[in-house]
Amino acid sequence: MGALVLTQGGGFQPPGADSFVLPPIVGGVTKPMVLVVLSVIIIAVYFTLATRNLKMVPGKGQFVAESVYDFSRNSIAREQIGSKDFRPFVPLIFALFTFVLVNNIFGIIPLVQFPTMSRIGFPIALFITAYVVIHFVGFRRHGFLGYLKHVMFPPGVPKPIYLLLSPIEFFQKFLAQPVALAIRVFAAMFAGHLILLVFTLGGSYLITEASAALKPVSIISWAFAIALTFVEALIQVLQAYIFALLTANFIGAALASEH
Amino acid sequence: MVNTQMVLAAEGEHNPIIPEISELILGLVAFVLLLFVLWKYAVPRFEKLYAERTEKIEGGIEKAERAQAEAEQALEQYKAQLADARAESARIRDDARVEAEQIKEELRAQAQAEADRIVAQGHAQLQAQRAQIIAELRADLGRNSIELASRIVGESLEDEARRRGTVDRFLAELDSESTAGATRE
Repeated sequence: MGALVLTQGGGFQPPGADSFVLPPIVGGVTKPMVLVVLSVIIIAVYFTLATRNLKMVPGKGQFVAESVYDFSRNSIAREQIGSKDFRPFVPLIFALFTFVLVNNIFGIIPLVQFPTMSRIGFPIALFITAYVVIHFVGFRRHGFLGYLKHVMFPPGVPKPIYLLLSPIEFFQKFLAQPVALAIRVFAAMFAGHLILLVFTLGGSYLITEASAALKPVSIISWAFAIALTFVEALIQVLQAYIFALLTANFIGAALASEH
Repeated sequence: MVNTQMVLAAEGEHNPIIPEISELILGLVAFVLLLFVLWKYAVPRFEKLYAERTEKIEGGIEKAERAQAEAEQALEQYKAQLADARAESARIRDDARVEAEQIKEELRAQAQAEADRIVAQGHAQLQAQRAQIIAELRADLGRNSIELASRIVGESLEDEARRRGTVDRFLAELDSESTAGATRE
């Protein structure tokens, strides 16, 4: 609201979709691209070094690395896929979780301060990977027709209902669910970053451009920005968890045998 | 939000839900690379550690179970041995009782036999002595009687035939009296 009022009154440009278009640093390379590469290096190097000399009784460093792995492995992969089939998918779930987590956290790290997942190209890249894996294992487990039947004809439904249900199930499993997976993390990061921008830039604008009576309001604006940064931290971790969780859930559903 | 969209529409700017191909490809490559590294290095090492840990814990459990089984077996053995020993001791006790009974019976029988034998012997001896005494007394009595009689009569019973007759008659009398007395006894 404040932004709107100010827009009418003065020259405040509220942050919008344009705020996510950053000028290239060198050639066609933009900040999100650099961040993605950076995240891969951070994760790969960290876990390669942390696992170089694992002890039966973990030290502090090993404990942290192990907790992240344990969380992806046991709390996400095993819970969702089932203890029989989860092992081959542990690396995928682990990579998804850490990759999304680090890229999300970039949104609140000082100086970096850009969640790469707010550029939809990256969530879509992950979505493609997950999509291929989910349906590949589904087809491999049940056979081509078997998997289609598994998806489109869930048991325990009166026959005429399939006329209605099967197209919905097909649409949901092959399109809606996986796309929602990508959109969800994108939207959360996009909106979160936008909110932080609004409060931060709004505060700056107020203190420089507004009348003396309105200047103190910028303090409130910044306070909100700080408070929302904490909220963002929660959301960023949560979104990484949800992304890995849902991928594991879809894999589990694709593998599940008929009950 | 309406405002923002209007601005966007007006300026024909960036649409946030249209992916940039370069980002998409970079994201894909970067993620697959990360996946590869984690798959190749981190996950196997973690899994190896997990396996070792599981093995160690399970090994410990197995060891404890084995020790417990052994202890139970030993206890079972001891119990069996104890029961055996109890049965053995009871058997020995019973045997001893039976044996003692037997010995007692035997001894009693022996003592009885001995007593019987002693009584019989005493009886026999008494009979023999009595017979002897009777015989001696009879001889004495005969002699004394004759002597007395000869003194009283004043004549010697020289006539052998008479003497014998008298003595024999007297003895027979005496004899019959004594047997009557004996049976009366």
